[in-house]
Amino acid sequence: MSLFRGRRILTGAMTLVAAAAMTACGSKTTDDPSATGVTADVTGDTVKVGLLNSLSGTMAISEVTVRDSIMLAVDEINAAGGVLGKKIQPIGEDGASDWPTFAEKAEKLISEDRVAAVFGCWTSASRKAVKPVFEKNKALLFYPVQYEGLEQSPYIFYTGATTNQQIVPGLDYLKAQGAKSVYLVGSDYVFPRTANKIIKAYAAANGMTVLGEDYAPLGSTEFGTIVNKVKSSGADAVFNTLNGDSNVAFFKEYKSAGLTATAMPVVSVSIAEEEVKGIGTQYLEGQLTAWNYYQTTPGAANSKFVAAYKAKYGADKPTSDPMEAAYVAVHLWKAMVEKAGAFDVEKVRSASGGITFDAPEGTVTVDGTTQHIAKTARIGKVGADGLITEVWNSGKPVSPDPYLKTYPWASGLS
Amino acid sequence: MTAVTPAPPSIADDPAPTGVVPPARPGGRFRLRTAAGFAFGAALLFAVAPLVLSDFRLSLLAKYLCVAMVAVGIGIAWGRGGMLTLGQGVFFGLGGYAMAMHLKLADAGPGGMPDFMLLYGQLDELPLWWRPFASPWFALPATVLLPMVVAFGLGSLVFRRRVRGAYFAILSQALAAAMVILLIGQQGTTGGTNGLTDIKGFFGYDLDDPVNQRMVYFIIAGTLLALLALTRQLIHSRYGELLVAVRDGEERVRFLGYDPASVKLVAYVVAAGMAGLAGALFVPAVGIISPALIGIVPSIEFVIGVAVGGRATLLGPVLGAVAVAWARTTLSERFPGTWTYLQGLLFVVVVAFLPGGLASLWALARRRAGDAESRRRGWLPLGRRRVERTEVPAA
Repeated sequence: MSLFRGRRILTGAMTLVAAAAMTACGSKTTDDPSATGVTADVTGDTVKVGLLNSLSGTMAISEVTVRDSIMLAVDEINAAGGVLGKKIQPIGEDGASDWPTFAEKAEKLISEDRVAAVFGCWTSASRKAVKPVFEKNKALLFYPVQYEGLEQSPYIFYTGATTNQQIVPGLDYLKAQGAKSVYLVGSDYVFPRTANKIIKAYAAANGMTVLGEDYAPLGSTEFGTIVNKVKSSGADAVFNTLNGDSNVAFFKEYKSAGLTATAMPVVSVSIAEEEVKGIGTQYLEGQLTAWNYYQTTPGAANSKFVAAYKAKYGADKPTSDPMEAAYVAVHLWKAMVEKAGAFDVEKVRSASGGITFDAPEGTVTVDGTTQHIAKTARIGKVGADGLITEVWNSGKPVSPDPYLKTYPWASGLS
Repeated sequence: MTAVTPAPPSIADDPAPTGVVPPARPGGRFRLRTAAGFAFGAALLFAVAPLVLSDFRLSLLAKYLCVAMVAVGIGIAWGRGGMLTLGQGVFFGLGGYAMAMHLKLADAGPGGMPDFMLLYGQLDELPLWWRPFASPWFALPATVLLPMVVAFGLGSLVFRRRVRGAYFAILSQALAAAMVILLIGQQGTTGGTNGLTDIKGFFGYDLDDPVNQRMVYFIIAGTLLALLALTRQLIHSRYGELLVAVRDGEERVRFLGYDPASVKLVAYVVAAGMAGLAGALFVPAVGIISPALIGIVPSIEFVIGVAVGGRATLLGPVLGAVAVAWARTTLSERFPGTWTYLQGLLFVVVVAFLPGGLASLWALARRRAGDAESRRRGWLPLGRRRVERTEVPAA
């Protein structure tokens, strides 16, 4: 006796469905003109741009500040008459700290809203998820956060630091301070793992020893073991690539284990002014950070930026490196469009090389080949007031080198 | 208690907490209605949707339908079999990664290495466990069989030892967490948190071409209908009745001489296979598979869709999964700042006022109509059903 009773009609229906699926097959050719990209809608008296940041989820705390900063730049540009006579109309979407959602929203901004450019993304995973979307549609993304390098998409402009503008100067600084050994602590994702590969290659070539390498899951708050290992290693310095909330737990544990900034300094690459506030100044005072911009960076352009930001969002809101890079991104896009005389993506790209902007961090220049920007590297120290003051800078903007091709010790990395 | 009644109630009549599809009747009316339902669904998916939706919305629908496939499987395992699996992401991920590995290898340039391995892994050659996935004859069956094998292994251990209820849910969730940690840790060979991205081709077809995206949509829609047909066969078979019996009275079924562990195992393995297939089809539709899609949170989200739709019905899980995913997209586009609150509110409302899910709306409406009819005739609209309900043993 069969366990299943037959249903002839259903079998028939299934066959039909399968047949329908077969006949609906696609084509292997790409003659379809719509496959060559969507053009931005610039017919009206406004031009739309997309804002793609996480407004919910774990990354929201950082990415909302970037969104605010982009809005500040948009308002400034609109107040000054817009771009090529068109006011910017920002369209915001929530990436929700979820990488496929970023890809979905990017597609929506490009093909439904037909924006001229998109500003946003923070984590490398979100950038990797949207990269194919922008390349497929031949649309522009401005990515405003320091990252692990090893990437150069023709449809992305990278306005944050690549590794040779942040991590390598950080290591140079430690070396100059006489550090002979480092301990690596990071969150478990692509940026820290890749950064630590670079650090290990650098250490091997520069007579430094890496005494240990530990990763904590993103969002982990359990650092007893790691801090104990760090302490017993006796390293001269710690290189910290932890991201987000984990830093709070790590630095509390670090302090309670009796470790200090003078005995064993920590260089962090993901702690900016906003994060200092969250972690607590008492845990961070005296520790080092590597960035390209601090709220305290001198210069008229920065005074204006800080004043405008505080006027718009509140006097207690600090400005930070990714916020500045996002602000710069909008202004650079405007300069590129004006030089090209059009919103057309290919024209904007070919006009991009050599464009400079008097940014809060100092003058930045777009490198047309890599589509990164030349930035000044800065090492800072966290002060008692929660602000970061510069203790060293590279003197002049460092040319971007995302694949570290000009560094002999990095030849095996890419 | 009425448990002393000698004759146990018919399994098919059992008023399950969330409502059960009426049992198959020998007459042709029911069969005809099912066929009409399938024809309607096929027309909707194959004719109406492609006509009214833009390429972008159609690709979103393709994504929703993949989630719906997972939901159909959960409907069998949880709705019919009472196994609350909070780890379907694992099977979804196994299917997705198997497919993505094959597509990455097919896309790979000279040297046959996927791009991310050269960047993050600094490997000189392809790892051994990647190699079989270069062949479509291995990779394609693997998308379904691999999840089924894993489910079989886990299920045999767990069900024989009579692990159930919350313990089973926790165990399935732990599996999801473990898999995510494993994938992230092996960045050089798995792509880490980034996952496998930038998938451009699908067996020679260029996925950037909207025509081919549409083809992927049709394949997904067809597969979903086929899975629904299969599920309908399954739940109306003797096995399907046995599965419900195990859900509602495992010990009783054991005393009748059946082996509840095997009955549950089949449902669990089938659900895993469906999740694997969904993952495999998700990859060409969305172009990415990453640990973020298969961990604890997405695994729970799969279950939420099923709960919203109505877990014990045939169409409930599909409707729920699509409705939740669609609501998520629409709300987040309309209210980028506050959509998470609205989504939460939606869940609360459904769970509080429609515990049987969206699919119970129909039954509810019919019962209301029936009650009105009874009142008109002067009958009492309560009684039999409610008495029977007390006979459902606690899980």
